[in-house]
Amino acid sequence: MAHSTAGVITLTVNGEKHTLPVDHRTTLLDALRERLDLTGTKKGCDLGQCGACTVLLDGRRAVSCLQLAVAAEGREITTIEGVSDGERLHPVQQAFLDLDGYQCGYCTPGQICSAIAVIEEHAAGWPSAATADVRPEAGPPPLTADEIRERMSGNLCRCGAYVSIVQAVAQAADAEGAA
Amino acid sequence: MREFGYQRVFDVPDALAFGADPEARYLGGGTNLVDLMKTGVDRPALLVDVRELPLDRIEATDSGGLRIGATVTNSDLAAHPEVRRRYPALAQAVLAGASGQLRNMATVGGNLLQRTRCGYFTDSSQPCNKRIPGSGCPAIKGEHRNHAILGASEHCVAVHPSDMSVALAAFDAVVHYETADGPGELPLAEFYLPVGDTPHLETALPSGALITGITLPPAPVAADSRYRKVRERASYAFAIGSVAAALDVRDGAVREVRLAFGAVASRPWRAREAERVLTGGPATPHAFADAADTELAAAEVLPHNRYKVALVRNLVVAMLTELAEEAAR
Amino acid sequence: MTTMTGTTATAAAVGTGHTRVEGRAKVTGAARYAGEIPFAELAHGWLVLSTIARGRIRSVESGPVMSMPGILAVLHHGNAPRVTTDYTGLLGRPDPTVAVFQHDRVPCAGWPVALVVAETSEQAREAAAALVVRYDDEPHDVAFSAGRPGTYTPESSPRLQAETRKGDVEAELAASAVVVDAEYTTPEEHHTSLEPHAAMAHWDGGRLEVVDSNQGSRWVAEDLAQLFSLDPASVRVRSEHVGGAFGSKGVRPHQVCAVMAATVLHRPVRVVLTRRQMFSLVGYRSPTAQRVRLGADADGRLRAVDHQAQNLTSTVHEFVERSAAYGRVMYDADAHHTVDRVVALDVPTPTWMRAPGEAPGSFALESALDELAEKCGMDPIALRERNEPDRGPVSGLPFSSRNLLACFREGARRFGWADRDPRPGLRREGRWLLGTGTAAATFPSGVAPSTAAVTAEADGTFTVRITAADVGTGARTALTLIAADALHVAPEHIRMRIADSDFGQAMVAGGSMGTRSWAWAITTAAGELRERLALGGGIPPEGITVRSDTTEAVGALAMRERHSFGAQFAEVAVDVSSGEVRVRRMLGIFAAGRIVNPLTARSQFIGGMTWGLSMALHEEAVRDQASGALVGADLAGYHFAANADVPLIEADWVDDTDNDDPIGIKGIGEIGIVGAAAAIANAVWHATGVRHRHLPIRPDRVLLAVGGTGGAG
Repeated sequence: MAHSTAGVITLTVNGEKHTLPVDHRTTLLDALRERLDLTGTKKGCDLGQCGACTVLLDGRRAVSCLQLAVAAEGREITTIEGVSDGERLHPVQQAFLDLDGYQCGYCTPGQICSAIAVIEEHAAGWPSAATADVRPEAGPPPLTADEIRERMSGNLCRCGAYVSIVQAVAQAADAEGAA
Repeated sequence: MREFGYQRVFDVPDALAFGADPEARYLGGGTNLVDLMKTGVDRPALLVDVRELPLDRIEATDSGGLRIGATVTNSDLAAHPEVRRRYPALAQAVLAGASGQLRNMATVGGNLLQRTRCGYFTDSSQPCNKRIPGSGCPAIKGEHRNHAILGASEHCVAVHPSDMSVALAAFDAVVHYETADGPGELPLAEFYLPVGDTPHLETALPSGALITGITLPPAPVAADSRYRKVRERASYAFAIGSVAAALDVRDGAVREVRLAFGAVASRPWRAREAERVLTGGPATPHAFADAADTELAAAEVLPHNRYKVALVRNLVVAMLTELAEEAAR
Repeated sequence: MTTMTGTTATAAAVGTGHTRVEGRAKVTGAARYAGEIPFAELAHGWLVLSTIARGRIRSVESGPVMSMPGILAVLHHGNAPRVTTDYTGLLGRPDPTVAVFQHDRVPCAGWPVALVVAETSEQAREAAAALVVRYDDEPHDVAFSAGRPGTYTPESSPRLQAETRKGDVEAELAASAVVVDAEYTTPEEHHTSLEPHAAMAHWDGGRLEVVDSNQGSRWVAEDLAQLFSLDPASVRVRSEHVGGAFGSKGVRPHQVCAVMAATVLHRPVRVVLTRRQMFSLVGYRSPTAQRVRLGADADGRLRAVDHQAQNLTSTVHEFVERSAAYGRVMYDADAHHTVDRVVALDVPTPTWMRAPGEAPGSFALESALDELAEKCGMDPIALRERNEPDRGPVSGLPFSSRNLLACFREGARRFGWADRDPRPGLRREGRWLLGTGTAAATFPSGVAPSTAAVTAEADGTFTVRITAADVGTGARTALTLIAADALHVAPEHIRMRIADSDFGQAMVAGGSMGTRSWAWAITTAAGELRERLALGGGIPPEGITVRSDTTEAVGALAMRERHSFGAQFAEVAVDVSSGEVRVRRMLGIFAAGRIVNPLTARSQFIGGMTWGLSMALHEEAVRDQASGALVGADLAGYHFAANADVPLIEADWVDDTDNDDPIGIKGIGEIGIVGAAAAIANAVWHATGVRHRHLPIRPDRVLLAVGGTGGAG
């Protein structure tokens, strides 16, 4: 059976709808970078092994390199370009800037998108592999440095900025908790 | 990656109709299909996107177990209060796998069907009996530090990478599927095929079958369970050895025990010999070690993976000892 | 004409923490890297690499591929433009690996054999996968081991000596009360910058424009001009943002491919390496096999230091990982012998990788020092104090400054070293055995000629133009602070423009020499500009520009042993039943000259230490002997430290002034990794009583070493 291998899709990115023809092989990552000129989302490995391409899909973090664009139709896509409030940086962005939570900056958009989701996942009571007791009776784990490290481990940083990344996530989580 | 068709489906009959094409693959989260398509390991002509099938619920069964839909994401599985309460090792196993991003995408059905991460399998320029039957297994004489010590064959020594499946194996999960001819089910113990001389045939699912979900039978022992995973970095890496363990101890004796090993075989390895030896006997570190040795007596090691025998044995002893001590408190 | 307005800074910018100039662009995703600049009519190139490790290409069957949708060209040795490698560039003779598609020989697995160019990257990828290349296979040899046949001592140059000798090592070893004789190995390691190598080339009115990700745009431009026999003035290379480099981002096959394809197709072509391709095309750190022999008196005074290191190179180019050079700076002895040997195998050419030589060399020698301390019953820091030289142990030259002991004193105080029980295997916390370790560190502080242009603009601001590169080091920000102080204005008045080959000759970002070299050029130009402005007379609309060239000043620098120093401390936890090793904390104290921007400098030190942790526990590329190719050449197969591996790491520094140096800056990019792996290995010994002499310290090695006392295999 011959299948159509391309189609016209509508992607909702940062609240805006974009209609574009795509080869079904096009990943969401390539659609963002090559077709929509949203190059803040980075390609580090293209195989789901580094996290540089992390975006939010329906509010949850995901690696856009393993997400086919055609399969992202109908979902709310948020990229690094869409997380700030106009000129006002998202608290996570501000913390990365202030605490030098990066060096070359290439993994940074993915780290920031991931961190935004980590703070929400934690607020929702999700346990992690660093949580000593995952049973609901144990209550939600505090967002310790070890919890942040584990939850942020899907975002590799080759420059070795993890120490300040953890501090930035903690500071942003505190700021949001206080807000 | 060759060009392919894409079909999103919203009900199971539609999925099966499209999935009947032998060159079709069901697309869940895509976390272990899109990567293999990019590297040329898999070359489907049609992707049937099943993410929007109504199979995304986790429900209690009348008997006290859980029914988990095939499109439930790993994240939702691990966060679910009843999973964490009744089968904490399952939540831990899922949380030990991949990363937060990948767990948000990956589905339970897809997780069961993960392919091995053997470096020869994922490199389409290399021979591999799993990828190209008859081409040979370079791992046996080559790089096999993270390859199988149990149940392997001269044709393939790759290990199954799933953490989730190890916990499911310990808890006697049953995999449910649909075909054009009607539904079917496979206990996890029969879901994965022995390697033998057909390493490319990985599961007992009929052709075109769609996994619809998993049921976990009630298992009170699972409430005191845990999963430990050892890997070559602290997170975001596949296991080099893992153990799911559950223990019910009364008056110093083992009433019930569940043990399954990961990263030691082509499938999650339910340690039934060890369980048999332990049941009814004393809950002592010595007994735990004897039981692990009994199970691992069948191990066939290669020059660079013999450490796995000690690793799994030590994990069993440490975990059961800890569970026994907690039960005694 | 306008006149200068009062913009004089009240406080010095250098020495206080400043967030990165481009920081906002990086956290908002606005910063564009090489593969992200849109171009009309852009075509996409995809490399095809050899699947054999040695032999000849019999045929490249491009016919079927050319008929696939969107395919524009298949370049290979039969049709590619000719290039020449018969030249000496800024950093020496080029690695012939960059001369792609010039002949049918295949000298290693992963050698470029074709480039497929298509309208889209999806089309190019599929065509590259479909392209059939037939080979005549020949037997290959990729087996690296200590002392294997074919090992030779490379030729020395005045600056790079392969072998140094002083005194009679054998006699001094024989006369020593205590001897350590041990072999250490480090595996093949890869840079794995998060941003893959990417280059876009196009011809624009007779000029070749290249948008690249590199460590030196002038370097790449000059080499491309040489390779393609072009007038250097007709080549422009820019590299605004670079997503990590670590030594790998020089002249590489992707730029050459992009230029070839743009030339053939008369349209812009971008070539981006895949992650897997990076593992064979951009260099790597050679594996090393090192034998260290130390002889000492009972009180720890060294009588003999013998460090014999071996690495590999390819059959097409000689690159020497100078591991043994480390000891020529660090420790004196009555007899001293160091040598770096090499063997040429059928593998890709290795290259510089963060602290080339010093990283593996320090692992071996600083581990051996710890073993000697154990044998002498001495504290490891006291042993180093006992052997602190007052002149270069091999050169005899004075040190420009050497504050190693100050680093150890400050580090020991902050780490709590005084409370340490030296006996191994005594501390337990649950399933974890705990231990602490230390090691010294050093890295050369070099400088190279550079040019800069500083313009006083009519609006009272200043523009600096220099072909510097910011590969994540914070150079753009550091140079802004340097320029601000040199011009006596606040940093906000400086516009720092870098990474454009049109700005002229300058040092690359490498060898921990970039910031020092560039700062010198900027300071010189800024000083002259201030003198010009002091004469008054206002500024014309085009501004007033002063150019500098530091060639003469750099050449006049007195001969000294110029180095950064440091003391590394680590605490580890080891579960010998599972083989897991976790680093619990690290502290590094450095004497590294004047620190320009404490905020980013700390990040760089910590980044280097994180590399050391990763080197100690994780990193290792494994080559399949049968195919000659790497196994698991991706980021799931090649592990570097993830967030969960890295504890709180602290880095700080002591005063380290060099009155002889007009700039006073020493490099800080590499010293953070030096000694870090040894400190961790020494801590693992302290925790468990087992010496790990082979990196990485993997779980299987820890498990199999249980109960052993001699060392782990």
